[in-house]
Amino acid sequence: MKNQAMVLDGLDLKILQALQENAKQTYTEIGSQLSVAHSTVYDRIKRMEEQGIIKKYTTLLDLEKVGMKQITAIMTVFTDPKESDNVAMRLSHFKEVLEVSTSLSEELLIIAKVAAENQERLHSFIAQSIAPLPGVLRIRTSIITKKYKEQGFLVEKR
Amino acid sequence: MMTPASRILRTVPRENAFYFFTSIGNYTGESATSLEEFVKKVKEVNVKSLEFHLYRGDFEKWASQTLEDKDLAEKIRNLHSLNLAGDSLRDQLYFTASKRYEKLRSELHE
Repeated sequence: MKNQAMVLDGLDLKILQALQENAKQTYTEIGSQLSVAHSTVYDRIKRMEEQGIIKKYTTLLDLEKVGMKQITAIMTVFTDPKESDNVAMRLSHFKEVLEVSTSLSEELLIIAKVAAENQERLHSFIAQSIAPLPGVLRIRTSIITKKYKEQGFLVEKR
Repeated sequence: MMTPASRILRTVPRENAFYFFTSIGNYTGESATSLEEFVKKVKEVNVKSLEFHLYRGDFEKWASQTLEDKDLAEKIRNLHSLNLAGDSLRDQLYFTASKRYEKLRSELHE
């Protein structure tokens, strides 16, 4: 049952969309937008949290405004296929690594999003913590210079 | 007991190896866990990697802090002022590191 999609009706999807736009809205506010009682909104959200459809609520920060300079990079790690899962798991434990995914193109790759205070810290982290991992064959890193869009996949209202 | 030469010539743990990059975050897949291996890799790696590390001071830092060879570190630092690039840099670095390696090897047998 783990990978089976849950059945969501139109109201569930509208609630999810409202939360994706602003997760701080109250049940009453969402209810009045959708013309349903706040208790209905509460029940639906509670159910979707319990079912793991809503994984968590998080906060998008403007780090520059809090005085934290940071660079982000996309790191492609070429691995020995036998070690790929281990490398991905190890990468996932570093606080500098924000996302880890695997991809199969011509070779098995791990793609990770990494953040550091500056280029030197980024390089030290990759050289001292990632390159020595058993199974890492080589690494390509692209530093992000400008971001045009950042958003999760939005559910659509039916 | 380890002599100074045998200490410098030892194989270091993988996490203390020298990892060859061509630029920030771009790892070539080549590494060296001893001076002997380092000398071999200097002959083989992409010359861009040698240029990248030499002028950042990475080679002398590894020689000094990991291999604990101040002499080699100083010799490598002296290469900066020659402003070498490409194969001339590779040849000079290879000459410097291999000569030091041979000297240490001969000290082992004295």
